[in-house]
Amino acid sequence: MDDTTQRCIAIIAKAKNIPTDTITPDTTFEELNIDSLDKINISFEVEEAFDIAIPDESLGSLKTVGDVVRGVDQLVAAKKTPPATAATP
Amino acid sequence: MNRVVITGLGCITPIGSSVSAFREALFSGTTGIAPIAAVPDTPDGDPGVRYTQAAQVSDFDPAQHLDSGIITATNRNTHFAIVAARQAAQQAELMKHHAPGDIAIMMGCACGGRSSEEHEVKGLYTRNARAHPLTIVRTMSSAGASNISIDLKITGPTLDISTACASATHAIGLAFHMVRSGMSTAAIAGGHEAPLSWGFYRAWDSMRVVSPTRCRPFAADRDGMTLGEGAAMLVLETLESALARNAPIFGEIVGFGMSADANHITQPQAEGAAAAMRKALADASASPEDVGYINAHGTGTQANDATEAKAIHQVFGARAAHIPISATKALHGHSIGASGALEALATLLALKEGRLPQTAGVTNPDTSLNVDVIINEPRPAGPTLALSNSLAFGGLNAVIALRTWQ
Repeated sequence: MDDTTQRCIAIIAKAKNIPTDTITPDTTFEELNIDSLDKINISFEVEEAFDIAIPDESLGSLKTVGDVVRGVDQLVAAKKTPPATAATP
Repeated sequence: MNRVVITGLGCITPIGSSVSAFREALFSGTTGIAPIAAVPDTPDGDPGVRYTQAAQVSDFDPAQHLDSGIITATNRNTHFAIVAARQAAQQAELMKHHAPGDIAIMMGCACGGRSSEEHEVKGLYTRNARAHPLTIVRTMSSAGASNISIDLKITGPTLDISTACASATHAIGLAFHMVRSGMSTAAIAGGHEAPLSWGFYRAWDSMRVVSPTRCRPFAADRDGMTLGEGAAMLVLETLESALARNAPIFGEIVGFGMSADANHITQPQAEGAAAAMRKALADASASPEDVGYINAHGTGTQANDATEAKAIHQVFGARAAHIPISATKALHGHSIGASGALEALATLLALKEGRLPQTAGVTNPDTSLNVDVIINEPRPAGPTLALSNSLAFGGLNAVIALRTWQ
């Protein structure tokens, strides 16, 4: 399991007060009884941990632990990529 | 048991600092939601949140109404409270007709003197500053209620009620109980709140429930609430005392219902709201068929508006799709502990004029909710009974039933 996955699992485990070994990338939020308020809490901790900003509209599509990990990877990578400069005609 | 009528009104709100200005904005659909003004105690005025607007009281100068000693000892929420209470008390000639000990003060205020508190805490955490000696009295949640008592010299039962977004409705309902039972012959009831401080803006930002632009209650694509501030006050008294002096009567409170969801700290549950509505009707000896208007809690979040519509269906059955409803938070925002009072004021004005205000700025009601949302312009209608709902975080529900005075 890579570092991002481990850290996300740790955050979720702490938020729900459950052992980390009960969570895998395939575990669904439904299985963990994660409701909308839990999701907001968990997103907040993930944002703090990885220094990213998760847009409001992305929250709805997060259904599994793996979704969170993939989202984090995308946002972290986007931060590292320099913004494309517009070509001037 | 006494009948309880309303003989005085007062307000300081984002859509007017007098009842006549409030009324004008209410029926013209002119919102008080505007870009957030510079926030005190921030480095550059910008609170650094993802949303851009709030319902702020503009052009309110406490020095025009209050002496400097009072201003120094109080926070903005209390300034609103004293001035709005004075308006209502003056209109009702309250102190002329009721003994000071016979008058109750029942206030809704959930956030207390936040901005003063944050200012002091900032000094403490950044430079180990001493706290201003008036910090406690400025910030305590009861400051508004106490200051109204001192200002008007009322010695009767005086309380602040803190039930989040339902505080003012709870306060009005309990004042209704006190006057109905004869424990008091009159009451000033309402709410006041001035929570728009940096920390408050940030805390709400993290909950992700504030609209990036402005609240559009019951809209198909509604995207959150809009924060606000303000105060509204009602004078309640027995019908007997009002008639004895031929006082103008603005309406009658006929029922009050309360319940708790016992479910979730933020997510509302329809059954709780339905129970409060049913209790208000039962308390009014009325039936669902009698209701001609509902002033909804209508915050503009996906969760609230859907749950409230579901609750309306549970109570009203087949009629639910045909009872006109509107959410005036689209005009005055969500002022937390004060909002129930602003909404009671709006409902009273609607009943008195036989005009039901529209849900300003909403053009596309969510048809899946199957409720009759008033949009575009006020609807001429002369209901005799209306409900005003307040459904708070933590599942605390309060509903008042108001009857048109004819």
